[in-house]
Amino acid sequence: MKETAYWTWFIIAALVIFVIAGLHMVVMHLPMFGVFNPESGAVTDWGNVAFRSKNQFLAFTYIILLGAVLYHGFYGLRTIVFELGPKKSFQDGFTVILWIVGLVLFGIGTYAAIAAKALETAL
Amino acid sequence: MEKETEKANSITVYIRRFDPEKDAAPRQQQYTLQVEKGMTVLDGLHMIKQTQDPTINFRFSCRMGVCGSCGMMINGVPALSCNTQILDVTTTALTLAPLPNFKLIKDLVADLVPMFGVLKGLQLHIRRNDVEEMEKPTYEYYQTPHQLEEFLQFTYCIKCGCCMAACPTMATDREYPGPAPLAQAYRYNADSRDDARDARGDLVAASHGIFSCHYAGECSNVCPKGVDPARAIQLMKKDLVLSYFGLAKHKCAHLHKKPDKATYKAKIEAPPHTV
Amino acid sequence: MANKQFDNHLGIVGWLGGGRWGVERYLYILQRLTGLGLLLFFMMHIFASSVRICGPESWAAAMKILKNPVLKLGEFCVFVLFSFHALNGIRLILIELGLAVGKAEEPVYPYKSSLNNQRPLMVIAMVLVAIIIIAGGYNTIFGSH
Repeated sequence: MKETAYWTWFIIAALVIFVIAGLHMVVMHLPMFGVFNPESGAVTDWGNVAFRSKNQFLAFTYIILLGAVLYHGFYGLRTIVFELGPKKSFQDGFTVILWIVGLVLFGIGTYAAIAAKALETAL
Repeated sequence: MEKETEKANSITVYIRRFDPEKDAAPRQQQYTLQVEKGMTVLDGLHMIKQTQDPTINFRFSCRMGVCGSCGMMINGVPALSCNTQILDVTTTALTLAPLPNFKLIKDLVADLVPMFGVLKGLQLHIRRNDVEEMEKPTYEYYQTPHQLEEFLQFTYCIKCGCCMAACPTMATDREYPGPAPLAQAYRYNADSRDDARDARGDLVAASHGIFSCHYAGECSNVCPKGVDPARAIQLMKKDLVLSYFGLAKHKCAHLHKKPDKATYKAKIEAPPHTV
Repeated sequence: MANKQFDNHLGIVGWLGGGRWGVERYLYILQRLTGLGLLLFFMMHIFASSVRICGPESWAAAMKILKNPVLKLGEFCVFVLFSFHALNGIRLILIELGLAVGKAEEPVYPYKSSLNNQRPLMVIAMVLVAIIIIAGGYNTIFGSH
């Protein structure tokens, strides 16, 4: 039953990623949709980056995407490693390590998204 | 047409040999075989055993694709040797090896017992909560043809182990139940007469359980009976997810209602025990 | 006798080929590899994108590094991995939730399996992957950024 829960959320995370990362791709790589990139020039120019960082909606989707990708990716990694048939003790330890690393990375990414909201549009 | 005599075809047969008393690892031995049209791989093995090398070991029983004893790798594909004609596979070289992902007993004989153990552990029989009725049945359980069709395909499994040999997850994961047991678990979970879906679901949804299937599809490709274990496994995943969200439709069969005009004998005597 | 049995498990080689090599087998292994690649990229991406909190100068310096043609190619590879993993993933979700494998049916020789049920979906997914990769490649080479 526990595994059903893990797996179901793995699938839900996949769908979330499909939608949000799809949006992210459109924003970053199809500059003709200029809503989130008001400045002329590349999407990675500071003006555009600062604009996107201050946008509440994008900051929110970044955090959701971050959590979803970390969960989806680490569950997938865990599945692959488990299928290699390691010892039970290794499996338990590996799950704990993935949770810790995942939460730390989530913390870093979330901090960056929130801190970036305070940025001034430079120059 | 009758003038057209079937030319006997000479092919090379490579057989994986392993004697646990002598060999540390399997080795390959080469034979030459005259093949005729219609000759199965099992016929070929018998021919070699009778005329060339009596020490070859292989397992068979029914010789007609029913018992599931003679599964082996035939030119790299798991199949029943009684069910595969040599000329359908090759006209030059035939490579025979035991089913992988099992332990090897001798030559072409793989040890299927662990698979049977897993099958046993999954409680593959109708389980009901109305124990009294199970012990002393009064009527049949009601089941429509449509309800039968939901699991009929999966009842054709002969436990030959071909799917287990083809499965990539089985290749590394010793705790994974494998396609055949999972398909059989679904066969009983999809049976409208069964009452133990949740218990069986918990068994297969454990770690290294049903979610280690990623639909490589090999089991369904090689199944000699068209059972399609991959389909059963995906349908079972669907049921598990639905029941996780509390959306599963529980459709356990009730006792068959007696038709109005039908009459039953007062008491049906069970035949005496023979054993 | 039992203790003298030979362990005939294929090991990790069996992930690549245990029996007949169906198309779905390749997709299964590619899904794993692309997933691992994307996870690796994503870890780096978290840190690279976090540079923006250090201010415009650090950001400009970081972006200058990423302008390197090798990294540009790497970015395109990530895009390829992502498009495959996403679209094949959608196919797998539909299959694994039992939506694309059809219903149980009487096995009549020559057997058809759920693989036949999902094959149109697989073809559509792969064609879309090809189109997206070509479009993305065009955008990378001729695009404005």
